[in-house]
Amino acid sequence: MELKHKTPMLDQLETGPWPSFVSDLKREAESRKTNPNGIDFQCPAEMPEDLLGVVELSYEHGRTHWKHGGIVGVFGYGGGVIGRYCDQPEMFPAVAHFHTLRINQPSSKFYTTEYLEQLMDLCERRGSGITNMHGSTGDIVFLGSHTPQLEEIFWELTHNINQDLGGSGGNLRTPSCCLSGARCEFACIDTQHICHTFTNEYQDELHRPAFPYKFKFKFDGCPNCCVASLARSDLAFIGTWRDDIRIDQEAVKAYVGGELKPNAGAHKDRDWGAFDIQKEVIDLCPTECMGWDGSKLSIDTKNCTRCMHCINTMPRALRVGQDTGVSLLCGAKAPILDGAQMGSLLVPFIKCEDPYDELKEIIEGLWDWWMEEGKNRERIGELMKRQGFQRALEAIGLKAVPQHVKEPRSNPYVFWKEEEVPGGWKRDINEFRKYHQR
Amino acid sequence: METRYQRIQKISSEIGGEIMAFISSGYNPDKPMENRITDIGPRHYEEFFPPVIKKNFGKWLYHEILEAGVLVHVAESGDEVYTVRVGAARLLTVSHIREICEIADKHCDGYLRFTTRNNVEFMVDSKDKVEPLKQDLLSRKQAGGGYKFPVGGTGAGVTNIVHTQGWVHCHTPATDASGPVKATMDVLFDEFTNMRLPAKVRVSLACCLNMCGAVHCSDIAILGYHRKPPLVDHEYLDKMCEVPLAIAACPTAAIKPSKVELPDGKTVKSVSVKEERCMFCGNCYTMCPSMPLADTEGDCIVLMVGGKISNRISMPKFSKIVVPYLPNNPPRWPEVTSTIKRIIDVYAADARKYERLGEWAERISWESFFEKCELEFTHHIIDDFRDPAYFTWRQSTQFKFT
Repeated sequence: MELKHKTPMLDQLETGPWPSFVSDLKREAESRKTNPNGIDFQCPAEMPEDLLGVVELSYEHGRTHWKHGGIVGVFGYGGGVIGRYCDQPEMFPAVAHFHTLRINQPSSKFYTTEYLEQLMDLCERRGSGITNMHGSTGDIVFLGSHTPQLEEIFWELTHNINQDLGGSGGNLRTPSCCLSGARCEFACIDTQHICHTFTNEYQDELHRPAFPYKFKFKFDGCPNCCVASLARSDLAFIGTWRDDIRIDQEAVKAYVGGELKPNAGAHKDRDWGAFDIQKEVIDLCPTECMGWDGSKLSIDTKNCTRCMHCINTMPRALRVGQDTGVSLLCGAKAPILDGAQMGSLLVPFIKCEDPYDELKEIIEGLWDWWMEEGKNRERIGELMKRQGFQRALEAIGLKAVPQHVKEPRSNPYVFWKEEEVPGGWKRDINEFRKYHQR
Repeated sequence: METRYQRIQKISSEIGGEIMAFISSGYNPDKPMENRITDIGPRHYEEFFPPVIKKNFGKWLYHEILEAGVLVHVAESGDEVYTVRVGAARLLTVSHIREICEIADKHCDGYLRFTTRNNVEFMVDSKDKVEPLKQDLLSRKQAGGGYKFPVGGTGAGVTNIVHTQGWVHCHTPATDASGPVKATMDVLFDEFTNMRLPAKVRVSLACCLNMCGAVHCSDIAILGYHRKPPLVDHEYLDKMCEVPLAIAACPTAAIKPSKVELPDGKTVKSVSVKEERCMFCGNCYTMCPSMPLADTEGDCIVLMVGGKISNRISMPKFSKIVVPYLPNNPPRWPEVTSTIKRIIDVYAADARKYERLGEWAERISWESFFEKCELEFTHHIIDDFRDPAYFTWRQSTQFKFT
């Protein structure tokens, strides 16, 4: 079918084995053009065509053609909608307004087709027919709608689909989590439950910006960190345990004997030779806390740092412990401004059980400190760097422990507090001079 | 007084779009609070669990990857769930998602899930349902011959690239996202459909330093970067921006207030940029639309490698810059894809089983990494940004000759 704009550069992205977004956009363009189901489009049918046109122009120019910002939203919310306008509206009128809606995905992104079809009906009729599944933070994204449709979409979402928007701007961003107990034997905590609970607990913080800048929660069920919580969230909840790794000695022997495939088959397509438990597990243990005497595997729990390597390698023989909880790491962020940060271990271990009261106290303690002390557009990780890790500990009333650091400080510049030094800091110079001449 | 319908028609005609008659959802703009529903959050996840998942929640014993893209999870009850994982472009249309739904209705009783890396997972509760599902998925092709639903993305291979919006939707990018991702995945396709690398390789793309994709801990990060200081739109700056915010936005204090005389003799308040202090972060543009950085020749791609987020064996690592500049060369960014391919090929041949890319580079030494991957080391790669820079220099006589 002849489309509105010629796209010779984008057309070159239609070949090759990987799914082509260009082919997909053309498919949607044709679907809207022919409109076989007689949809009463509330945004222009040509949106995908004009999007292809504007992206082609960017491919020619090597520059974006989207304007800076634009304040749009739905009544009473300070986030969830991102304004976007094209800088060539005459050439591409259908996408002159192309606002994004973030829709808060259900924890761990399982769907029924019934629910997805409902969303797609809405996106097709009141939007561009284009989505992101999903945005970087985890939302379902409707890419491109017009201002008059925003309230209509929100109304239909809340009234007909029982579904709310996600976060944007200086507020709590849509929390996300791994699939934990739904389909993973490594899960130390029920990430979906805590993610859903906290999303609902903090709806006000999610919809109405009151923070210095964005704040992200992510929940990983184990130290494998499949949702990258320690790199991508201001407060990372990572499942862990403090008792013994459970060992099935018979299954260990089955791995050694070759009856079971190591690493759950993850290396299947290359011949790495026979499994060697000494070389592949015992010698790779970062703390050398494991032993294998030819018939029995032993783990010195006291020296185990729960890196998951042995469990990943022999999942049928080894299971995470049963005294589980979370490690909290605070302050991850991308490079803007002072360089990228990962989360720093703030709470080495805390139980993670409904109703999560202790965790809520920690969260709210951190927020109080950050809202009091944080500068405009300062992430909590940057505040930690500016004021010191100790201030974060004070905010949540936690004592310093060696687990907080990789190594002790090598400079002696300790900021002693007055109350820590006997007699305080108020001294009399004349009293001093009685014994020390000028 | 004009009606709401007329208002909307007016807006639509102003922006040139043609829409059908406005249909109200029930929302009344004159009484926005009437029957308004807010703060209900997302739907409850349990509504969307397939029966086998719901029944065995928290009771999974072990899993195995049967072949690339196909997993089985076995529960304490003996129940099994088979998962077929397929790649997706992230930028998905309604038509494509409806096709995903059609497949899930046909094979999976109407259930499916998405992964955090933009893959789609189709689950069935017995082994005999796997092959028909897989064959159905692989039989569906796009107009240009590409797979709609490539099966793979598991184990010691390359899974889908997490990425940002790029030229499709963003105002600050230094490169596109969907295009370089498509081009890279075409080149790495065999690693998506195989599990023959020493360990998993996570590739991510962020089209500017804002990194909504937070790529800073990826095995391979593709990063859009500007190389020219901002243009200053003096005529409009004071009208468009808060000058103090623009000044405060600069991390190197390169922006100062200034008065500028326009060609018509009028003097306006604006800013001046000390260009040699600019590190091209674009934070000024975020705060002030009158300071755009985008430029055809200036904008480029940076490659970073060796990051990881998993705690497995070694601690999580940041990605490091190994190529400070590759040209933006749409539509297929051949310089970028060939460099990534070369790095992965050398890694695949040289690293030990289980060794992530960053662990391998650290073991063989970074100087050997540059030698083996035939990458030029230039002054751009030595850190000179504030205190942390010092800790990346070598305080030792230990090094390898290359």
